[in-house]
Amino acid sequence: MASADILLAAFCMPFVTAVLVALTGRWAALRDTLSVLGALTTFGLVIALATEWEDKILIGRLLAEFLPGLSLKFMLEPLGLLFALIASGLWVFAALFAIGYLRGNKEHDQTRFTVLFSIAIGATLGIAFAGNLLTLFVFYEVLTLSTFPLVTHSGSEKAMRAGRVYLGILMGTSIGFLFLAMAWTYALSGTLDFIKGGILSEEAGPGLTLVLFLLYMFGIGKAALMPFHRWLPAAMVAPTPVSALLHAVAVVKAGVFTVIKVIVYIFGWERLAGVPGTEIIVYVAGFTIGTASVIALRQNNLKARLAYSTISQLSYIVMAAALLTPLALLGAALHLAAHAVSKITLFFAAGSIYTAAHKTEIDELDGIGRRMPWTMTAFGIASLSMIGLPPTAGFVSKWAILGGAFTAQSWFAIGVLVLSTLLNAAYFLPIVHRAFFRPLSAEAKAHPHGEAPLLIVVALTGTALLTLALFFLPGEVEELAAGLVTSR
Amino acid sequence: MISAQLPILQVLLPLLAAPLCAILRGRALPHALSVGTVLLSLLVTVGLLIRVESTGTISYAIGGWPPPIGIEYRVDQLSVIVLLIIQGVAAAVLVGGGASIVREIEATRAPLFYALFLLNLTGLTGMVLTGDLFNLFVFLEISSLSTYVLVALGTDRRALLAAYQYLVIGTVGATFYVIGVGLLYMMTGTLNMADLADRVAGVEESTTIRTAFAFMIIGIGVKLGMMPVHFWLPNAYARAPSVVSAFLAATSTKVAVYIMLRVVFEIFGVPMFLATHLSEIIIGLGILAMVVASVTAIFQDDVKRLLAYSSLAQIGYILFAFGLATEPGVTASVLHLFNHGLMKGALFLALAAVALRAGRTRRTDLDGLGQAMPLTMLGFTLAGLSLIGVPGTVGFISKWYLLEAAFDRDGFIIAAIILGSSLLAILYVWPLVERAYFRKRDPALPPVEEAPLPMLIGIWLLVGANLLFGVWPDLATGLAERSALLLLGGAR
Repeated sequence: MASADILLAAFCMPFVTAVLVALTGRWAALRDTLSVLGALTTFGLVIALATEWEDKILIGRLLAEFLPGLSLKFMLEPLGLLFALIASGLWVFAALFAIGYLRGNKEHDQTRFTVLFSIAIGATLGIAFAGNLLTLFVFYEVLTLSTFPLVTHSGSEKAMRAGRVYLGILMGTSIGFLFLAMAWTYALSGTLDFIKGGILSEEAGPGLTLVLFLLYMFGIGKAALMPFHRWLPAAMVAPTPVSALLHAVAVVKAGVFTVIKVIVYIFGWERLAGVPGTEIIVYVAGFTIGTASVIALRQNNLKARLAYSTISQLSYIVMAAALLTPLALLGAALHLAAHAVSKITLFFAAGSIYTAAHKTEIDELDGIGRRMPWTMTAFGIASLSMIGLPPTAGFVSKWAILGGAFTAQSWFAIGVLVLSTLLNAAYFLPIVHRAFFRPLSAEAKAHPHGEAPLLIVVALTGTALLTLALFFLPGEVEELAAGLVTSR
Repeated sequence: MISAQLPILQVLLPLLAAPLCAILRGRALPHALSVGTVLLSLLVTVGLLIRVESTGTISYAIGGWPPPIGIEYRVDQLSVIVLLIIQGVAAAVLVGGGASIVREIEATRAPLFYALFLLNLTGLTGMVLTGDLFNLFVFLEISSLSTYVLVALGTDRRALLAAYQYLVIGTVGATFYVIGVGLLYMMTGTLNMADLADRVAGVEESTTIRTAFAFMIIGIGVKLGMMPVHFWLPNAYARAPSVVSAFLAATSTKVAVYIMLRVVFEIFGVPMFLATHLSEIIIGLGILAMVVASVTAIFQDDVKRLLAYSSLAQIGYILFAFGLATEPGVTASVLHLFNHGLMKGALFLALAAVALRAGRTRRTDLDGLGQAMPLTMLGFTLAGLSLIGVPGTVGFISKWYLLEAAFDRDGFIIAAIILGSSLLAILYVWPLVERAYFRKRDPALPPVEEAPLPMLIGIWLLVGANLLFGVWPDLATGLAERSALLLLGGAR
């Protein structure tokens, strides 16, 4: 099978899974088996694609001739492959976790949930493989719409309000800014293809380029740059599997992925570096990192703290990309992978605690590490990665970003990185400390519980191991990330 | 043999079926006859489409009298795309609307209703086909008079007032139009559009021609719901029987736009359009409608009325693009004319299903319908997304062309306004979707069930078209592009 066919098959697989899950909804065991098999097959196909794709020659697939000179098409490039590997690989763990979580909590409408979940992954792969900005935009919107019912899954008044914020910000920024920027780019350049070095026509002067750059950066609401970050904490009303895979990996990474794609393939980072004013985004991202970290520090709800931590970590990637040096871009791509595996672990842990102990607040977690050693050990490893300490994935990427900041001579970025490392430590380590070193509260003693269901433990241990693995064996990931800035 | 007669068949079919309907008794027979007629008409349109695509513009001389003397029917890409939307929506609405008509129209009036509906269809079709300005006026009156009566058939007594209001202002519009035609005839001695185009050229500086131009533009402007003379439209759409709302919203204003395009670009030509500053005025009015009507829509309680204001806003898009008088602009205008017909047809038909099952169409009547009428509300939601302009729907294609048309004239601000207006569309569409899916229906009210099958078929034909032309837009965009070429290429 040619690489292009594997790519198409990998993209279609989540949708096939969605259909199969919908058809077998009545038989829970069969349905759940199919959902895991679908995830495994998708991941297998993406791996096959990665091994098949040795020559690194661009491969593409035309889906539909959309508008004159514009089509829906797929094109494989290193960053997209990396993103696809992350999304489909973590889907396997999330599928296992979701079964344990949904059953453990007796959630309603499990079939609808699983169907929409699969569609969201399909849309994510569409974004990863997109061969031009239009295709990316199409799947970007599909992702927003397919995750909306997942955010509002509980159907409560609170979920409805959260859904309004979610849809309002994501749709508002994408239609108001991103769409405008895209149509404008097309009007100027006559193409939206992703090409190394950028496509923006030379007619666009520095002023116009800057305006477009800002429209893109704020238009990609999924990257959660302040002030368009409110949707992410709002989305936390969703069941934890959604928060874990979609709001720590698929949706938010789609945002920063788009940011990197636009900088590298639409503008061309060399060209942007010559435009005065682009450092605005470095400052906005730096501000977001700091502010979100401070807000995270003050959250007592575990998922809310994780959400604000995500906002700040996303801005690491945006800031790194906006530094516009090769090393920083490499760091941005690495951090995309590192944050994905670590943050999903943290969310799995939160879901695990909720399922086993029905606790959502941080001050209730005293001594829980003794009852749930697997969960809290995984949480500890992922926390180290968030802070950026060895031996975890977070160290590798943060190192690269720091190096990029030095080459860019951006003392602001360096200061932000140092400060936020301290803040990260300040809001993650106390949780670990509580879990392992504080005695159980009287209330907790009265309600004995053990470790979470096996599937949940398997999932979170797996992703924690991945967090370690990326430190010890970063080879393949680093190679893909490097492909972004080196090969021409 | 028969393919040569297609243009006249397109008008004759509904025209002949209408009186037949009127003399039939009961509901079943007129319904069957009307459905048969519209389906056959749709086939004729497809036939015309194929012929125009293969051989180019068709000229048909009525009664064998050659054009400048006899009446000529002309079918080109522009006529075909408008015919497609008229006949397509008519078919979907009649196939799907049976149950709604049973509920909203008394049995004794049913035959009359079908007769009027077909007459209305005749009028709209004739306006699109004819190449003769006075013949156009005749068809305009046929469609207008039947529309007044159709609106008056609404269940609510306020329908009478709405119909009366529309009658008065509609008649003023039609009169303005015919005054314009009279002045033109006085100056040129011909009513054939192609002929007029040549003869106006010699006298275009004269005040009489300018006056004729002004009268015609205002007259047609009334019919298409241009902003300051639009007030009849929300009432008429909101009070008319549901099926009629669906048909009118998708077609009647579109035909008025079609006439505007023909008159402005074919007869008077771009230079006069620009010299009289009408271009700027129309762009301004379009933008006004995009903003004001969208904001008004947000605050409406009756969903029909909400959609009517949304229509005014969408007409704003069409007018703005038309006002640019550039090739990308006219393409976007024609394309959105077609696409908006698909969206509004689907939305209003879904709303007819709501009126049928839930009784009324206030916002609160949508509560809980996501569970009770899943297929109807899914269709409504998808068509709503199309209205917003989400990719994968025709709305996105329209927005894309509109934006490119704006950028083509360096209209960055206008592009931003267009998207701002799309955001307003989110504000008026999404609360409806939320109600349907997140609210519970008032338990004191009788429970509702899914719409009947024919209605679902009608709704989903239109929703399907929204999605199909959203992913493979070639047919519509191709027709729109060639229409723009014809219109502007023909202009001097």
